[in-house]
Amino acid sequence: MMHNLTIKQMSEKLRTGEFTSVQLTQHYLDRIDEFDTELNAYVTVTPELAISMAEEADKKIAAGEAELLTGIPVAHKDIFCTDGVKTSCASKMLDNFIAPYDANVVALLKKIGMPILGKTNMDEFAMGSSSESSYYGPTKNPWDHKAVPGGSSGGAAAVIAAGLAPMATGTDTGGSIRQPASFCGITGIKPTYGAVSRFGIIAYASSFDQAGPMTRSAEDSAWMLNAMAGFDARDSTSLERETPDYTAELERSLKGLKIGVPAEYFGVGLDSDVSDVVKTAIAEMEKLGAKVVEVHLPNKDLAVPSYYVLAPAEASSNLSRFDGVRFGYRCEKPTDLEDLYKRSRSEGFGEEVKRRIMVGAYALSAGYYDAYYLKAQKLRRMVRDDFIKAFNDCDVIMGPVAPTPAFNIGEKSDDQVSMYLSDLYTIPVNLAGLPALSVPAGFAQDRPVGLHIVGPYFSEAKLLNIGHQFQQVTDWHTKMPAQYQ
Amino acid sequence: MSLGKTEVEYISRLTQIEVREEAVEGVAEKLSNILELFAQMEAADTKDVLPMAHPLDAVQRLRPDVVTEVDQHKKLQAIAPAAADAHYLVPQVIE
Repeated sequence: MMHNLTIKQMSEKLRTGEFTSVQLTQHYLDRIDEFDTELNAYVTVTPELAISMAEEADKKIAAGEAELLTGIPVAHKDIFCTDGVKTSCASKMLDNFIAPYDANVVALLKKIGMPILGKTNMDEFAMGSSSESSYYGPTKNPWDHKAVPGGSSGGAAAVIAAGLAPMATGTDTGGSIRQPASFCGITGIKPTYGAVSRFGIIAYASSFDQAGPMTRSAEDSAWMLNAMAGFDARDSTSLERETPDYTAELERSLKGLKIGVPAEYFGVGLDSDVSDVVKTAIAEMEKLGAKVVEVHLPNKDLAVPSYYVLAPAEASSNLSRFDGVRFGYRCEKPTDLEDLYKRSRSEGFGEEVKRRIMVGAYALSAGYYDAYYLKAQKLRRMVRDDFIKAFNDCDVIMGPVAPTPAFNIGEKSDDQVSMYLSDLYTIPVNLAGLPALSVPAGFAQDRPVGLHIVGPYFSEAKLLNIGHQFQQVTDWHTKMPAQYQ
Repeated sequence: MSLGKTEVEYISRLTQIEVREEAVEGVAEKLSNILELFAQMEAADTKDVLPMAHPLDAVQRLRPDVVTEVDQHKKLQAIAPAAADAHYLVPQVIE
């Protein structure tokens, strides 16, 4: 079946004429039709756009102007502005918002000729770890419909796991690519902060937000990251450095690789089945020639409180633009300007978004700035310095992505702090701005579990090399839930 | 730290987010739970630690002071809740 192929295989078959991009794209659209009513992984499906882009891609292929990804369809998280297409960020606030321009990532993939299947569901404004806070209702985990797919890029992870798209874009502010990748048994990489342009990505917390690919395999992610990354003058924090070829190191041996395993990551709170899966995966790396050394990240417990001060503080500023005046939701019959602002925001935002705006504004307010915001920024440096020190003794750090496999829908939605704490392994990486990968490593309680591989700045090619080598000797990344095979 | 009605009303004003009278208690409780999480930061010794704003300690990039935006007001105002003659319309502010 077409949806079981790797990206490289798809590309080759498109080139040799075994099938066309229109046929491939239609195959995915048919599967979306068949399965997505139940999964709710797409907010918007764009069949006409997809087919017209596929027709153009077929012309490019026929003319010999194709790149490796030309003709391969993609799903964009509904946080990426897509010209002429509803871009809702899964919020009532933007339910009527037709983006007037393309995000840089969308433009880059369009230029290559990757047909857009649609926009994927997510936590509202990317604020969440379960995709339950979407205005359009929760996405289900393809492995178990009672479970969440993770978040905030839960829709993107679900469409890859269920074979409703071969590639998807995601964003990761506190773990939003890696945790859903872990929960849905797919591969996802958060690149170094600044490696992929944020232009046209609806901002949540600008000093953390970073986009990346979500795919079946590390090899697929490497190809997609090649297409997404690069300097963009329109993003003021875009890195001005040459973009490497992220596929260049895929085949390199892991012999001599030094893996740091932080003792702190295997303490209280980590599910024992998840711990076993992660330890088995690390043992597999040793069989491939890697060596394990113990490292320490002593300030890891400070990362969650620090992040939940800084990210909401940035959000309270970023989301002040939603005022009911220039675009988005406006309340009915406002009596005066303040009523317009207040009711538009109160009716347009969901509960978790309002909560984070309020907490963030409070942390920045007079009298609390030093105790909360400044203190959190200092802790951010301490967390970052822990990583830098650890990388003196190892090449990469490995551990769990999340303390448990996917939890049930509704299980944590009333307990924010418990939900926040479940991001304890992913958040430190965002504070430090480092790249990190999640690869499928097994199952716990019949739900997928990912292995978290964190590297120094700009080590994406190394991380993908490790993921790829692991996937040469394991088959977790090829597994699909029975009903979607 | 526990928030009360006064603080919730203050935050409501700061954020322009309405909190209805009957919801104040619930909002105060949820925000207080989050502030309890923040309290974990207090114990950490941050003396001599500089605050960090950017992971790579990068500084803001400057660009030449030239016009880069083209006039797209028709396209951009097409998605506005209410606009006319290149203006955004809001309820009358001055009588």
